[in-house]
Amino acid sequence: MGYHCVVLVKQVPDTKRITGQAMNEDGTVNRAALPAIFNPEDLNALEMALDIKDTHGGSVTVVSMGLPAAADILRDALYRGADRAVLITDRRCAASDTLATSYILSCAVRRLEPDIVLCGRQAIDGDTAQVGPQTAEKLGLPQLTYVEQIQKLDGQTLVARRNLGNGWQEVKTTLPALLTVVDSANEPRVPRALRLMKYKSAKCRIEIEAMAKDAPSIDVEAVYAALESKGLLIHQWDLDYLEADLRWCGRDGSPTKVHRIQSVVLTAKESKAVEPTQQGIEAMVHELIEDHTIG
Amino acid sequence: MIEVNKQGEVWIFAEQHNGTLEEVSLELLSKGRELADTLKVSLAAVLLGSQVGGESERLGHFGADKVYLVEHPLLEHYQTNTYAKIICELIEKHKPQIVLYGASPCGRDLAPRVASAMKAGLTADCTDLQIGNHEIKKTGQVFENLLLQIRPAFGGNIIATIINYDRWPQMATVREGVMPMPTPNVNKKAQLIQEPAHLSLEDLAIEILAEHRQQRKVNLKASRVIVAGGAGVGSKENFKLIWDLAHCLGAAPGATRAAVDLGFIDRDHQIGQTGTTVRPILYIAAGISGAIQHQAGMSESQKIIAINNDPDAPIFNIAHYKIVGDLTQVIPMMIKAIKEKV
Repeated sequence: MGYHCVVLVKQVPDTKRITGQAMNEDGTVNRAALPAIFNPEDLNALEMALDIKDTHGGSVTVVSMGLPAAADILRDALYRGADRAVLITDRRCAASDTLATSYILSCAVRRLEPDIVLCGRQAIDGDTAQVGPQTAEKLGLPQLTYVEQIQKLDGQTLVARRNLGNGWQEVKTTLPALLTVVDSANEPRVPRALRLMKYKSAKCRIEIEAMAKDAPSIDVEAVYAALESKGLLIHQWDLDYLEADLRWCGRDGSPTKVHRIQSVVLTAKESKAVEPTQQGIEAMVHELIEDHTIG
Repeated sequence: MIEVNKQGEVWIFAEQHNGTLEEVSLELLSKGRELADTLKVSLAAVLLGSQVGGESERLGHFGADKVYLVEHPLLEHYQTNTYAKIICELIEKHKPQIVLYGASPCGRDLAPRVASAMKAGLTADCTDLQIGNHEIKKTGQVFENLLLQIRPAFGGNIIATIINYDRWPQMATVREGVMPMPTPNVNKKAQLIQEPAHLSLEDLAIEILAEHRQQRKVNLKASRVIVAGGAGVGSKENFKLIWDLAHCLGAAPGATRAAVDLGFIDRDHQIGQTGTTVRPILYIAAGISGAIQHQAGMSESQKIIAINNDPDAPIFNIAHYKIVGDLTQVIPMMIKAIKEKV
């Protein structure tokens, strides 16, 4: 008895590597200057799904909503062991907040009829941790957040251990269910050489079309059919294919709007250099005692 | 989704475990009080549980005008579906304009479920909330007295202010430790409103088999003075200096994520974007370069002493006392000076 796992993944700017140049003068983020990476906790979710497949059989489908460039992380997931990849890309997805994103993802997940949906607890660009629970609500599934370990899986039920920060909880639920996975869950496996050789030519339609623009001799439909027959097609879905209600997508579907963005510049109002000598330190300690900071 | 309702109350979700309120819920009352006063509406706390009514009095002492109390045996332990169901019903019935939750593991599990069911907006992990106007530049349309939801984004590199003007209630989770704890007034009484709960076993989507909660090894939030070390401390042996200095100041030892990842100290001591947010009277940062993620958790400290051998370390931009030097020499000098003076 195998399980069909769907893993929701996101391509994110590497927020740890933001440099001065990566911020625009108005304080907005210059995404073009940032390396785009596989959201770290989504890799933990993928690893958990691959582990379920290794132990119980079944298959793993990865789904990402994003720009065409997000095909990169879907290929990465295929290198690591995923069986199928789906890219949801559509200009009308732009400016979606977590609610609209969850709605669009739920439309895609519903078509895939999974036993288990997994995603990282949160993405490092927004750190909201909202898309998992909101997608679960849209699908009417139980949500298990902060999952660290699946302890039991027997056909209809799943037992998992949740990490609550100041403790843990062991919970049981019926399938299908949605799990959000934390970084302490596992060590994600690395891409495998043989799979990399096989899947490096995997592409979605928009990428084939881009190739054809550079080399007009390429017949898009022929390449598409060839990739499909070899299992190398990254499925590309748009909102029409998903039959999504556009009122709940993109800007219109997003109740939250940005009022203002400021870049962070923190400076102390008054600042003093202290000599690293016993005398210098003593003067500072004296001051701190005088103003009742310590003592 | 509910209609925009300018007379709506300000609500806070009163999180309790085993009948005791979480600190973050009391912190929410201080900010909630401010917002409700600005909007000239009532501040209400929503308390769910089984036999938890005793805590409603405390909610009054800490600033609530009203307490909506929902008690049911199936609400004894927090579960996403049951709690979300009750809160959605209460929102539909009373139409609050603002609902705030602590950004605790529980609040961050519950709030998005409620927001999705209500098709309402939600902003995660706010560090400040204000009331203000928003103008749509294209049309010149102005929305007055909205909740300005202020939060760090992109790993703390930017501060975003988020609003929702058309689909209410306006909801946010608020980071633990960033709002000051209100001073309780034992004479203040909240009006108690008991609400029914219609729940059956089918409403329980999960079964809790076992649970273990441990006390944090250190209470960073309550410490007046914090001595924190970063990767620059160099080794677990050197980190003993951080403990020694903390000990002689009666301070709590803290750390950056890097120091925790290097195994210098337990994760309970981590301060920053991931970790605890602190606002002590004095923060001593030793061997900390001052990555924006760390600053996000300590920049509100009243006084900051930075010790680093790199004069260009970003921590010096926010430090009140800058000591460029080797911490293995500077810290023993500080310990000596403090022992002599205090």
